[in-house]
Amino acid sequence: MERRALPGRLGERLVWQLGDVLATREETPRAKSITLAVPNWRGHRAGQHVDIRLTAEDGYQAERSYSIASPPVEAPHITLTVERLDDGEVSPYLVDELRVGDKLELRGPIGGYFVWEANSGGPLLLVAGGSGIVPLMAMIRQRAAVGSNAPTRLLYSSRTFEEIIYREELEQLVTNSGSTGLEVKHTLTRAQPVGWTGYHRRIDGEMLREVAWPLEERPLSFICGPTPFVETAAASLVGLGYEPARIKTERFGPTGESGASGASGASAVPGGHDGE
Amino acid sequence: MENKLDGNAAGGVLGEIFPFEMTAAQITCVGCGATNAIGALAAYMHGMGTVLRCPACDHVLIRIVHANGRYFLDMRGARVLQISEETVQAQ
Repeated sequence: MERRALPGRLGERLVWQLGDVLATREETPRAKSITLAVPNWRGHRAGQHVDIRLTAEDGYQAERSYSIASPPVEAPHITLTVERLDDGEVSPYLVDELRVGDKLELRGPIGGYFVWEANSGGPLLLVAGGSGIVPLMAMIRQRAAVGSNAPTRLLYSSRTFEEIIYREELEQLVTNSGSTGLEVKHTLTRAQPVGWTGYHRRIDGEMLREVAWPLEERPLSFICGPTPFVETAAASLVGLGYEPARIKTERFGPTGESGASGASGASAVPGGHDGE
Repeated sequence: MENKLDGNAAGGVLGEIFPFEMTAAQITCVGCGATNAIGALAAYMHGMGTVLRCPACDHVLIRIVHANGRYFLDMRGARVLQISEETVQAQ
């Protein structure tokens, strides 16, 4: 079956396929990374997501979106990072039940808007709230993997130190980036460890002004997090004079299941979509 | 309250229907004339279907309902849809 479209030709419609769970890894007490091998994966771009579909024995289906955390260079393996929402329909299964060797139904990659490629240039301003770090991590990892020297700053808001996803890997990436410029600023909104030197409040205009690139460098911004977080960050950047067209946002819901998941948003309907 | 998402979140259902990456397509609002990528629209997704609104004026651009084996697209709010030949899903 021909799966790769040629430039200038139409692509293919999205279809559901099965991925094999190769590995899982606990990132925080509530967040787990799941690495899948997906046969015929057509490749993705940093920032894209997949839809995951679970089917119960009685046929009931629930569908949610999850951002891809791994860089495109790792295809045909992809890694998702899922944060558990206790009252969710999908994330408790993915975080607590899923095991290596299981199969998972998914479709993707999805999204042609909230994506970064090395030739998108920079400087890059990445703003993450909670599991909103996931698609931005794909960008940071891809940047490192292809040796991009686009100057990049990440402002990352978490509730507590323990809930910082990818904390050690980010430290390592900053160290490795040397003078090519990856900077990470954390803010902890709920509790801070003794001796914490980062920010300790919710993201606001003042914080963004301190972290943001000068306007004349025409920065490209990606913001991902819960809806109110994204609205605050985007409005603040516009207030600083950032070009709205160079601010890309990805919201997820504070109440919806997909919200907690680093997801790129609620997929339409549990049970309402029969898919194929 | 319905949660506001980005048009990006509708990429899955649009990808069921269209053979290209629709979140990168540009759409012009009948209400105010603003042109945006579908991925940048405001999206409201719930059991009845998906509603995509203009981020500038909140006018409804596209409604999508999938029921009884059919997709229903109400696109009365969209004046022009621009789909680039480059906007194929595969890279």
